[in-house]
Amino acid sequence: MSSTVQEFMKFIAPIYPEAILITVGLSVLIFDLFIGKERKSYLGWYSLAGVLGAAILTYNMTGMSGAFFSGTFLLDPFSLFFKFVFYIACGLGILLSINYLKVEDIHRGEYYALMLFATSGMMLMASAGDLITLYLGLELMALSIYILAGFMRRDNRSNEAAIKYLVLGAFSSGIMLYGMSLLYGLTGTTNLAGILAFLQKADLANPVLFLAMIMLIVSFGFKVAAVPFHMWVPDVYEGAPTSVTAFMSAGPKVAGFAVLLRVFVYALQPLHAHSSAIIAGLAVLTMGVGNVLALSQTNIKRMLAYSSIAHAGYALVGLAAGTVDGASSVLLYVLIYALMNMGAFGIVIMLRKAGARGEEITDYAGLGKTNKMAAFLMLIFMFSLTGIPPTAGFVGKFYIFKAAVQANLVWLAVVGVLFSAVSAYFYLRVIMVMYMSEPQGKFELATAPSLAVALIVSVLAVVFIGVYPTDVLNYARASIAGLGLM
Amino acid sequence: MLELIPNQLGYPLLSLLILVPVAGSLILLFIRDAGLARIAGLAFSLVELALCVPLLVNFNPSLAHMQFGEVRPWIAAWNIQYKVGIDGISILFVALTALLTTISMIVSWRAITDRVREFMIALLFLETGMIGVFISLDLFLFYIFWESMLIPMYLLIGVWGGPNRLYATIKFFLYTLAGSVLMLVGILAVYQTAGHTFDVLAIMNYKFSYIFQLWVFAAFFLAFAIKVPMFPFHTWLPDAHVEAPTAGSIILAGILIKMGAYGFLRFSLPFFPDATLSAMPYIMWLSVFAIIYGAYMAFAQTDFKKLIAYSSVSHMGFVTLGIFALNSQGLEGGILQMLNHGVSTGALFLAVGIIYERTHTRMIADYGGIAAKVPIYATFLMIITLSSIGLPGTNGFVGEFPILLGAFQNFAPYAVIASIGIILGAGYMLWLYQRVAFGKITNPHNEDLTDMGIREIVAALPLVILVFVVGLYPNIAFRVMHASVSNLIQHVNAKAQTLPAVAQAISTAIGK
Repeated sequence: MSSTVQEFMKFIAPIYPEAILITVGLSVLIFDLFIGKERKSYLGWYSLAGVLGAAILTYNMTGMSGAFFSGTFLLDPFSLFFKFVFYIACGLGILLSINYLKVEDIHRGEYYALMLFATSGMMLMASAGDLITLYLGLELMALSIYILAGFMRRDNRSNEAAIKYLVLGAFSSGIMLYGMSLLYGLTGTTNLAGILAFLQKADLANPVLFLAMIMLIVSFGFKVAAVPFHMWVPDVYEGAPTSVTAFMSAGPKVAGFAVLLRVFVYALQPLHAHSSAIIAGLAVLTMGVGNVLALSQTNIKRMLAYSSIAHAGYALVGLAAGTVDGASSVLLYVLIYALMNMGAFGIVIMLRKAGARGEEITDYAGLGKTNKMAAFLMLIFMFSLTGIPPTAGFVGKFYIFKAAVQANLVWLAVVGVLFSAVSAYFYLRVIMVMYMSEPQGKFELATAPSLAVALIVSVLAVVFIGVYPTDVLNYARASIAGLGLM
Repeated sequence: MLELIPNQLGYPLLSLLILVPVAGSLILLFIRDAGLARIAGLAFSLVELALCVPLLVNFNPSLAHMQFGEVRPWIAAWNIQYKVGIDGISILFVALTALLTTISMIVSWRAITDRVREFMIALLFLETGMIGVFISLDLFLFYIFWESMLIPMYLLIGVWGGPNRLYATIKFFLYTLAGSVLMLVGILAVYQTAGHTFDVLAIMNYKFSYIFQLWVFAAFFLAFAIKVPMFPFHTWLPDAHVEAPTAGSIILAGILIKMGAYGFLRFSLPFFPDATLSAMPYIMWLSVFAIIYGAYMAFAQTDFKKLIAYSSVSHMGFVTLGIFALNSQGLEGGILQMLNHGVSTGALFLAVGIIYERTHTRMIADYGGIAAKVPIYATFLMIITLSSIGLPGTNGFVGEFPILLGAFQNFAPYAVIASIGIILGAGYMLWLYQRVAFGKITNPHNEDLTDMGIREIVAALPLVILVFVVGLYPNIAFRVMHASVSNLIQHVNAKAQTLPAVAQAISTAIGK
């Protein structure tokens, strides 16, 4: 008996971290029944412990690589890198949620369980060696987040967000499956390595292949919020509970880039010439629409929604380059983006108090006087999102544009830097309101230890990576190994 | 060929120059009391100024090489180093930066009462950025400092500025950023072409193709021309100056706008000599136009600060005229004029700040006849006015004269038209002085003006001394920069031999 258990444990060893998150998530659902309303935050800390445990397990897997479960599940530096980003997104997301859920009076255990399920879905996506695994991970993630987006049941905006996200998400999943089935029909396999092997020998001038590629770009583009598949983003980001928005802007988007890289830089590598041109076009559109529409927003969540579209555009530039540096610049970028964006959302969450929504940019008036610390942190996050040194945002953008120039995409780099100059306007407006206008009445912030931890972690990371990017950069470069580009 | 002479002082002088203000701003984070914050800010800026003494004493002006060099690995994956060094050109600006920052602290003593600590932090952070720009020998490092200066300057104007500060500060930020980001792409292209290096000294020795030079020269040019600012990229400057607090104006006029010209000297000329030669006539004409246009606009101003801002456009035209004359007189005059402009325009903004603190108006019409009430102030303003005009015996003369000489050698009409600018300059400055200081007091508020106090005299005195020292003995500055400048000219000429026939034809057709 025990040997069977041992064998089973050995068999599932590659997915220990995912298994832990699922187990913790399920046990949260059970504990939830016995924990009073006042103590729900314990579940948050418990979930956070689960994430940390999974992170430690993943850390121990460093150097482990190979394909498991008949090649459907890959362990390589590439997937491990993304898993760490997901842990950061989920961990910070939980820390941001604990107090916020209390304020919104939606503190229920399912919330944490869903976050853990979503995270394990993303991890599955990053590790997918097969289109089916990829789809499973994606749906696990997406379904959890549909519910999270509508978690404020009594709030119309939240309901609208959930419905909109669900309907459009389902639609994009359909397109993805269509693309996948075409790909399967052509290549006879759903295995990514198999597809690559087939394409290396096949005649690439096949319109059906082209169609399949486009369908995959469309559906992944939906997940990373690339223009013109971004229509859902502003409404969903605005309506969803802010902590979910923070998580959504980092987690699923990063997961989307994980599969984009895995599919387009690895499996469909022979089609690079075609996909690169399309992705470059999407990048221009995404940077343009995201940055330009962000200019006129008055609601900070909507502004950050458009900003997150724009940032997807920068990351797409790295993807369009498609080189070793291009791919690793995407890795570095999504990590930095997750940190600074979640930090910014942390401040947004601080302004949400019972009785005051704190979502309008004008609500930040005079924050530099009334709460110096919060304003200073927001200042750093805003400069980082703009990409001004010495913050991490600059390092991320620098690497992206460096990779683009290296791949002879100078025009794309020029477009990118110009739009990033445009973006300065709306990020600086937040600073302007905080520091250069007078406070309108007194307000106190919803501070909490959990929130403070999240903010300190993200601000230290943003400044540290900005000043000394060497280690993180080397790690990102080393993590490309699994993509077969080296 | 330039080399980096390692620092032999036994202590990392240049790194200290970068770190002292940073350390100061970190320590200031923990000081809550406004008075204490002022003292701490001033103390750190004085330490920085004191560090310039061993710098100037140990600098060997007979060498063109980069001295006090420090090299440390930083981001190995991108071949980026922490590489700093200083030559006869940059050393002068480092010293000027330290001096003007200290003066800014002193003039803000009473003018800034709101968020004093944050103000001091911003100034110190800015100082690090400015010093860093002048001593970086790695393009990535340079760009980091170049861009990070935007943050404190944006806040200085936006938080402590005048009524229309929001418009001014965002305009300043967006203009400068738009220029710099294109330079970033240029830097990346240079990196890509010159063998994956950001090392300034290595890139200087790389010969880029002519077409490449033209493109990247244009990208760098935009960034530097906006910073200088050259016509037609100057429109942010009057707004920024008018709204900035006195300290911000002094730094902006004294150091920040010099960085554009410094960028031309340090990067554009040695990296892209062929493109420089091709662009020379255009840039010379732009400079000449800026001289006349700035002066013309200055005549029309009713706002004290705006007038000085437009005079800066005019004076910086002289600087770029000298630099792109590409001969030793022009270059040395241009560099000296950068320093002079830093001193005299810094002092002019100081003068405006002193009087503004008392009257809270910048309108020239609100003054008149104040010489009788505030004799020390009037004398100070007179000395600075004369220096700005370029009267022989003051620093302005010894800067402008070699520039005109250099420009004349290049193509006589440049010098002829630019001389008209000098006459115009005398016109608007003397007219300004007359309207402010002479005549009868028309504004009753000026009846009980108090003269400059000790603190203000202490702030003004070093600048006045510099006006005369440089004016009477310009060699003090020429001696330091001479080796570096002649090396630069040699370098440009040696590298530019490959100038294609087409470009030569263009430059002949337009220039001569």
